[in-house]
Amino acid sequence: MSAPTGIGAAAQPSHFAFDAENLARATTIIARYPAGRQASAVLPLLDIAQRQCGNWLPRAAMDYVAGLLDMAPIRVYEVATFYSMFNLEPVGEWFFQICTTTPCWLRGSDQVVAACERKLGIHVGETSADGKFTLKEVECLGACVNAPIIQVNDDFYEDLDGPSTERLIDELAAGRVPPVGSVIGRQKSAPDGGPQVLKTIPPRYEWTLEAPPAPPAGSDD
Amino acid sequence: MPKLTVNGIQVEVPAGATVLQACEAAGFEIPRFCYHERLSIAGNCRMCLVEQEKAPKPIASCAMPAADNMVIRTDTPVVRKARKGVMEFLLINHPLDCPICDQGGECDLQDQAMAYGFDRSRYQENKRAVPDKELGPLVKTSMNRCIHCTRCVRFASEVAGVEELGAVFRGEHMEISTYVEKTLTSELSANIVDLCPVGALTSKPYAFVARPWELRKTESVDVLDAVGSNIRVDSRSGEVLRVLPRVNEFVNEEWISDKTRFAIDGLKRQRLDRPYLRGADGKLAPATWSDALAAVAAKLGSVPGSRIAAIAGDQADCEALTALKDLMTALGSPHLDCRQDGARLDPSAPVGWRFNSTIAGIDSCDALLLVGTNPRWEAPIINARIRKRWLSSRLPVGVIGPQHDLTYKSEYLGAGPQTLADLADGRHPFAETLRSAKAPMIIVGQGALARADGAQVLALARRAAEALGIVRDGWNGFNVLHVAAGRVGGLELGFAPAAGGRDVAGILAGCAAGEIDVVWLQGADEVDTSRLGKAFVIYQGHHGDRGAHRADVILPGAAYTEKNATYVNTEGRAQRGRIAIFPPGDAREDWKILRALSDRLGKRLPYDTLAQVRARMAEISPVFAQIDSVVPAPWAGFGAAGPVDTTPFRSPVSNFHMTCAISRASATMAECTAARQAALDARTGTHA
Repeated sequence: MSAPTGIGAAAQPSHFAFDAENLARATTIIARYPAGRQASAVLPLLDIAQRQCGNWLPRAAMDYVAGLLDMAPIRVYEVATFYSMFNLEPVGEWFFQICTTTPCWLRGSDQVVAACERKLGIHVGETSADGKFTLKEVECLGACVNAPIIQVNDDFYEDLDGPSTERLIDELAAGRVPPVGSVIGRQKSAPDGGPQVLKTIPPRYEWTLEAPPAPPAGSDD
Repeated sequence: MPKLTVNGIQVEVPAGATVLQACEAAGFEIPRFCYHERLSIAGNCRMCLVEQEKAPKPIASCAMPAADNMVIRTDTPVVRKARKGVMEFLLINHPLDCPICDQGGECDLQDQAMAYGFDRSRYQENKRAVPDKELGPLVKTSMNRCIHCTRCVRFASEVAGVEELGAVFRGEHMEISTYVEKTLTSELSANIVDLCPVGALTSKPYAFVARPWELRKTESVDVLDAVGSNIRVDSRSGEVLRVLPRVNEFVNEEWISDKTRFAIDGLKRQRLDRPYLRGADGKLAPATWSDALAAVAAKLGSVPGSRIAAIAGDQADCEALTALKDLMTALGSPHLDCRQDGARLDPSAPVGWRFNSTIAGIDSCDALLLVGTNPRWEAPIINARIRKRWLSSRLPVGVIGPQHDLTYKSEYLGAGPQTLADLADGRHPFAETLRSAKAPMIIVGQGALARADGAQVLALARRAAEALGIVRDGWNGFNVLHVAAGRVGGLELGFAPAAGGRDVAGILAGCAAGEIDVVWLQGADEVDTSRLGKAFVIYQGHHGDRGAHRADVILPGAAYTEKNATYVNTEGRAQRGRIAIFPPGDAREDWKILRALSDRLGKRLPYDTLAQVRARMAEISPVFAQIDSVVPAPWAGFGAAGPVDTTPFRSPVSNFHMTCAISRASATMAECTAARQAALDARTGTHA
């Protein structure tokens, strides 16, 4: 995992406040917790704030959330810095979180990282000069079955390799958003090349007091 | 009361005690870094592992509640191996910079590494590097050394009540930080230096000054506020290098304020180290003791006693005040006063000037009324005690007077005496809160008393105390909070106008009217010296501050670290300060100067030794017969009946860091003042 970034050189806006829609969302969330326990709402509120700010969390937003929840600002900073999902510096329009944990690494995440770096001309942890792409290396994203994967903003692109990663970047750069999910046409997380089991529907099992019927010959299991 | 066995020894501990406390009760010391008796339990350093019978693995004794029939072993191979493992992990990232670390010699990690450390490292990788943090002019950081015990974080949010420190990022990248670089806004901030078990937080003014084994340690008391915090003065070759707290559960527990700790550099500046005489050219010129005493004796001998007055300063010690009072009495002067701020305390009733519930009594108080005081600046230690009480179960706190962030929630009742009168008459809803409390308390600050109607306000406070059950059988919650360490001692000694005598205002008026010819300022720097008129001013003290500038004769005395002296804190607790270093140059202990002068005047004071002075003090007040304890005073009438005006109360302390000659001369305190002002400017956007 790369070192976290702190309150860096990025231009920090001096002011932040929820827009009307987000304020309504925040109010609903705060109301879920008993009086005096509003601090429990800090994670969802920070998430809302991050979305409003264009996928990053300026200090003013953290201070705003602290004020809204009657918390000391440092307590909010602690939370925001703890979770890697909060970006404390601005990121590009397309925020690439490349999983490099063991299953993805075994399935070739090194080629995915190399393709991104080559294509965008930046290193992990950097943002492209046009401000469109940011690369970040992350730990397991929980989609190991379709490794390797990249999380682009909120969506997963799965079963990537070098060329397909480059195509993904080309599409996004051209302003087109490819369908999310597996890039090799895999159905959900079914086996590559289509289902291998349960191809026929087994006969309906009727419950009786007698012994169950013997399975018909030729079925899968 | 669980009973358990520790290393074969049966102990019984109070319910709620931890295994670690049980081990200590059985006499076994448990190594620890994160655990601290006065902070919440974190349980994150894992150094206190012990073995519990039938437990599958070692347990963290600091976080495990003691239970009946536990069998604990603290010294088995498993325990030793576990602690050695913990120590090895802690040392992975801890730099090997003990030779240049200020904590060296008094470092928990160093000490415990002697017992549990390995003689070489098995770690080949680079150690992590953490940027140092800027926490202001008092606390120096070296964050590479931090072992993340979080004691400082817990102290800041629990005891000091300023949630400014936190643990940001996580795992390998965790850092102790304010995140946004800022000076800690607590008056107790430097206690985190004492709490830090390693050298991550050290004292900035004391950086690279001395090693602990070079220092001579003198147990003493603090005089920079009226709390009487117990301190240890560390000195080397005639120089006070640092001040540390001493544990006294009844007074300061184990904290001291930043002013107590760091104003000591003021003891080296602007010192009066030789006598001075104002010459015919109007300039002060150095003189010998003989000439100075002769000049004083000549002047005192030439005027009648009724034209002589004496004012005691805020840090005057009781020995000096005894000698001065006896000398003035011998000269026939009734014009004595130790209330140089003009506080209308009633010198006839001790119960009316003391913090009667005692500081420890705050722990049992269940409703509190603050009148004309900002305890956070006037007595940070007492404020921390109130906060501690407030944290244990929300204490209702009412405030009449200045509104400040006290670090606990308070209810603003009003600005001035009118609200107090409403309370006394039961017209205010908070009166019911006080009346229904089991141990209600009122704290009257000097801001309520140092005003023209101070005596009436005092009487009003007494009436409120009587009406609202603040004073009842077995409980006296009527408290006066002082800011001057010499004030209560002076009052106990009767250093107040005798029959027909003038108080400070009267003395100043007398000077203007030409009715007072000689004024003796015993370290009094807070009087308006411009109103001393044509009077001949004798200043006895240790700093070239306001009083010395106006003086005609300066008799150089000793500061609190330079004499064996008695001070009475706001509770009426007499405590002894002890000499750590000698006074600079020709300066002398104050009572001895007065004793020498009395010889010159032919009115020899009847004591030659410190023991004899102290015997005389004990004759005057029983307070001095029982050092370190509080003698309860009987309830009495005090104050004066009469109308009060509507002027709001003001706190007497406007700048916490500079309240006396010592702190005004301190460069560290000047830096703190500037840092606080800068923070204030940044917040209000008025910086240039």
